[in-house]
Amino acid sequence: MIEVEHLTKRYGDTVAVEDISFRVERGEILGFLGPNGAGKTTTMRILTGYLPATAGTVRVAGFDVAEQSLEARRRIGYLPEQPPLYPEMTVTGYLDFVARIKGVPAAERRSRVDAAIAMTHLGEYRRELIKRLSRGYRQRVGLAQALVHDPEVVILDEPTVGLDPKQIIEVRHLIKKLRGNHTVILSTHILPEVSMTCDRVIIINKGRIAAVDTPANLTAQLRGGNLVRLELRGDRNGLEQTLRQIPGVRQVSIEALPDGGRLRVAVETEPGSDLRSRIAAAVVGRGWELYELRAVSLTLEEIFLRLTTEESEETTLEARA
Amino acid sequence: MSGFLRGVVAIYRKEMGHYLVSPVAYVVLGMFLLIGGLFYYTILTFYMERSLAASMQAMQFGAPPEVDVPSMTINSLFGVLGQVALFLLPMATMGVYAEERRRGTIELLMTSPVTDWQIVLGKYLASFSLFLILLLPTLAYHGVLFWKSEPRPPLGIMLSGYLGLLLLGGAFLALGNFISSLTESQLIAAVVTFCVALVLWIIDIAGPGAGTTIGELFQYLSVLRHYEDFARGVVDTTSLVFFGSWIALGLFLTLRSLDSMRWRRA
Repeated sequence: MIEVEHLTKRYGDTVAVEDISFRVERGEILGFLGPNGAGKTTTMRILTGYLPATAGTVRVAGFDVAEQSLEARRRIGYLPEQPPLYPEMTVTGYLDFVARIKGVPAAERRSRVDAAIAMTHLGEYRRELIKRLSRGYRQRVGLAQALVHDPEVVILDEPTVGLDPKQIIEVRHLIKKLRGNHTVILSTHILPEVSMTCDRVIIINKGRIAAVDTPANLTAQLRGGNLVRLELRGDRNGLEQTLRQIPGVRQVSIEALPDGGRLRVAVETEPGSDLRSRIAAAVVGRGWELYELRAVSLTLEEIFLRLTTEESEETTLEARA
Repeated sequence: MSGFLRGVVAIYRKEMGHYLVSPVAYVVLGMFLLIGGLFYYTILTFYMERSLAASMQAMQFGAPPEVDVPSMTINSLFGVLGQVALFLLPMATMGVYAEERRRGTIELLMTSPVTDWQIVLGKYLASFSLFLILLLPTLAYHGVLFWKSEPRPPLGIMLSGYLGLLLLGGAFLALGNFISSLTESQLIAAVVTFCVALVLWIIDIAGPGAGTTIGELFQYLSVLRHYEDFARGVVDTTSLVFFGSWIALGLFLTLRSLDSMRWRRA
């Protein structure tokens, strides 16, 4: 339904998106996960035809968004990060306008507007001016706007940002209802959101795709991935070498503690392995003083941070400890 | 309805609805009527006194001097209406694109299956319709002149005056639409539109005298010169071309400006 090939976007010398390729199948919900400035919004804007790509192609429902822009746009519903609302319009008036510019035939317009209102539970506010609605209800109007022409593809940029927990749950519930009938891409920087709503996740960082997987796989991988923390006194260089020689160790990060020579170490190990005793044996075997050793299981957030933050590993792992 | 027209009408309807609930449109309308009415009264009494003086002169000295009071009244009235349009129309167009940019609704328009042309035309026609609504009450001024003055004012001057006023307003609106598309600030849009319009209004004074090439150019560019012809009842092809090409240029630049927005946005 959506095919993105070697998509690149530059602003002058700044690269916003670099060589991104992915596909989304019909009826699938795809999550775009990444920190602010990762290129999520830029990618979505290119998909919707708002921005031209520097290089690469995007096809939506078989139509090239640059070459056959109007045909592609007809099939896309788009909720930008800031809902594009006219505060002085009523909910119904606004949706009627959107239906018109999206090319909904006059005969169906009324029923489409009613359907969008029903889907987003805006019934009792249909005659209300948009400026009188609360943040959560405005977001719903934004969603209704993206759905009013019954598009094959729905693109939602941070649909839950700025909402309270109850509203977030409602919006997620609504997105889940779109599965099967619509192909959905949504962006977020909140992990639980993708695991709750998406079939597949693309983790994007610094304009590149860092990982693609199902949330289930990611979660399984994460549950298995282990972190072992140590505090000891010993030789820093030798320590790293020694630990890395143990099979199953992925990453080692070492930080010197202020009080004379003690080291704080974080060792990341393969999923499903328990290397605590082997690590202890290795450390003690070299004659180093071991003060502390404990296992911390990596959370989803940690993997996400590892994949997407610019900070050094030490800070990241420390911050989560 | 063809697809192209449907998009234009959708945008047009939305803009008109916006004017309907916008305080700015009502302020512009109110000010236009207030200032227009005030000048109408002043001009009328001025010429009535002059014509009275002229007829008294005629009684004293016989030979009546030629004073075409109705024509002069209409001529002055169109002059004033043009100036009021110069001051007020920038306010009518300041929000057309600037407000959409500030609110982010331009993103909705530009990702919908409507072309930039449909957006530009729909918005321009809406602002032009607002101008037509502004002008509607001024028909009353002319109506009074037409039914009550003796001799009757020539209909030709009225028609050519209105044609000139429509072209003048159309040109200012095209300029205002374009400038509004360059900024997110309504205030900047209004001020810049007004200044550019004002410079074009009086450019023949600012330029060097006639005779030199630049002088000629400045004379040609002067809005006032072209407009005055219409207000005197002269429909000159040069002036039609002048205003026509100005409107076309304004719409074209707005179109380019929308297109460039896609490339600039960071």
